[in-house]
Amino acid sequence: MKKSDFAALLLLLALGIFGLWAAADELQDADSLFKQGNNAQALDKVNSYLANHPKDAKARFLLGLIYTEQNKAAEAIKVFTALTQDYPELPEPYNNLAVLYAAQGQYDKARIALETAIRTHPSYAIAHENLGDIYAKLATQAYDKALQFDKTNTTAQTKLELIKELFSGSPRVARAAVKTETANTDTAAAVPASVPETQQTKPGGVGKENQPVATSSSGDDTQDVLNTVDAWAKAWSKGDVTAYLAYYAEDFKTPNGESRGAWEKSRQERISNSMPIQVSVIDPKVTLSDATHAKASFKQDYQSKILKSTTAKTLHLVKTGDKWLIQMEQAGH
Amino acid sequence: MLMLAYGVALGLTLGLAGSASSMKDQAVQVAVARAPQGPEALLVNGLLEISRNHLDTAMNEIDNAIKAYPNFRLAHLIKGDLLLAHTRPINTIGDAPNAPRQRITELREEAKARLQRRSQNRPSGDIPKYLLQMQPEQHYAIVVDVSLSTLYVFQNVNGEPRYVTDFYISSGKNGAEKLKEGDQRTPLGVYYVTADLPKSRLSDFYGVGAYPISYPNEWDRQHGRNGHGIWLHGTPSDTYSRPPHSSNGCVVLTNQDLTALGKTLQVGLTPVIITEHVEWVRPDDWRALRNDLSNQIENWRREWENRNTEAYLRYYAKSFNGNGQTLAQWANQKRRVNAAKSWIKVDISSVSMFLYPGYGNLAVVSFDQDYSSSNLSTRMKKRQYWINENNHWKIIYEGTG
Repeated sequence: MKKSDFAALLLLLALGIFGLWAAADELQDADSLFKQGNNAQALDKVNSYLANHPKDAKARFLLGLIYTEQNKAAEAIKVFTALTQDYPELPEPYNNLAVLYAAQGQYDKARIALETAIRTHPSYAIAHENLGDIYAKLATQAYDKALQFDKTNTTAQTKLELIKELFSGSPRVARAAVKTETANTDTAAAVPASVPETQQTKPGGVGKENQPVATSSSGDDTQDVLNTVDAWAKAWSKGDVTAYLAYYAEDFKTPNGESRGAWEKSRQERISNSMPIQVSVIDPKVTLSDATHAKASFKQDYQSKILKSTTAKTLHLVKTGDKWLIQMEQAGH
Repeated sequence: MLMLAYGVALGLTLGLAGSASSMKDQAVQVAVARAPQGPEALLVNGLLEISRNHLDTAMNEIDNAIKAYPNFRLAHLIKGDLLLAHTRPINTIGDAPNAPRQRITELREEAKARLQRRSQNRPSGDIPKYLLQMQPEQHYAIVVDVSLSTLYVFQNVNGEPRYVTDFYISSGKNGAEKLKEGDQRTPLGVYYVTADLPKSRLSDFYGVGAYPISYPNEWDRQHGRNGHGIWLHGTPSDTYSRPPHSSNGCVVLTNQDLTALGKTLQVGLTPVIITEHVEWVRPDDWRALRNDLSNQIENWRREWENRNTEAYLRYYAKSFNGNGQTLAQWANQKRRVNAAKSWIKVDISSVSMFLYPGYGNLAVVSFDQDYSSSNLSTRMKKRQYWINENNHWKIIYEGTG
């Protein structure tokens, strides 16, 4: 890269990060919506922003992420590929391309993408980590071919299963480029080397500590809520959409304000396209507001065919009869 | 970060004598000397590149081997190592965690066998001493070296065996020297191809074809060795090759190699000599051995033709066995028969002489015998086993061939 190009890139990134707040409002909104899981609205916003800023790397990157979340791998690949062509010095699009390729089982393509990312940014930690995963995956494939002499040999299979188990985690999507504004420490490692040090910006997204958990008199309710959240995550993990949807209250506030029917349909499609899914509820805390309302906050560890993410989530639950049902889902605490 | 310690691994897993580097140098020379072709050469070159820490070149070689033979399991194993070396140090061939130990061991043995085969310096011009004389109709002779997992093909060029090619083979799970049914050993001896079984008559287990051989032969039977169904055959379609010691006694080739070998085999004619270690001799020594035995056969024939019955009988060993007849019974019969004749004429042609592996003093002699006499004429194929006792070749078995 020529020095002048590099300077231009720095400027571009700097502008993207510090400047043009007014123009970037729309983009920030899109980003917030995306983080809340509001993909449809985020997509509208980012598309409308892109209509005026068709070359904007950050917006296009966000677009790629939204497509990825929406399970539109082909579109996402198109967006990230175009980004690698227009900004070959940015490692993140390569990394995400690799993740998408890996999800499709195209490990060699994934490997090439990651190696390109690392060539431009030798210290890009996520790409290294992902590349390690890809190599392990490729190695497992090679070992499988070497060792599955007889597929009916169960000894061989279970033992090989263990290898697969060790390396089965799908590489995570880099969120560094879109998270820069709210940079928090756990993504710091992923900040590309070419991006100038940003001032640690507003702690807007950082969650407040939750209230201490319920008193002993409401112990049973707390336990019921915890059980409900566990069961909800299990139904989701199993891809049992009917059971999963049954955990939502009749007056559930759909994320984009869409009709209950439209929302259920989109969940149905999304879940069936993403199997296998593994959702883990980590460190749940329950707050009872009154006898029939509760909030459950936890770290949601989500892993699917497509994506691996860890997000903070809060479920607002209402007691209906003897069941706790979800009234609202919120990203963050 | 990239670390694949095959330099050590090859030395360790192969257990070759001498320092790792001298072993390597020797192997490198051989690899250069032989035109690198075929999946085995690619694989061995890949291993050597690994030992020189040229991992990219190594991957190229391995990938080419896999491209040509997608079922080459050993190549996949090495590829796995090359890939995994990107994430952690690899210390030995097939460092797959939690992999079935037996499979890994077998593949390591194959790597070792193939590398050994490639690093073996066959003395150029030397001849396996077994092939004393091929009859003119025998276009090729097969010599199997079980310890080297190698099958050699020799062409009959005006009576002299000339090296054509060699192939990797798998032999019996329990090693060589078959003694009895089900011992899963490969027999050692002089055999002939007895049939050509096409793929259509076989299950996939035998690959593209099979050539049964004549185990147990006359010598085996006399020594109480039994069992049956020793074949040269191919490989199941789901794998390119099998581990070096994996058969129930058969000699197993890759399907590509069996197809190539098949072109040289003549049913009922082609000798297949299986030995633990091939003994190579200089052409001069080979000629001396051949002339010695050949002269004795000629003397035996002449004494018979001249009706010098006692001189003729001196060519039979004390422990002679002629289809159940002892030497005394045989001698009595010959004395009686020969006395009744006013003349005998014996022509022998198409003579082959093969030294029996593992003995050093035993030879299998086959020929067409054209016998005529004053009261009887016969033409027959004859087989004799000659044994060298105190520098005299004598017949220890005689029967139809």
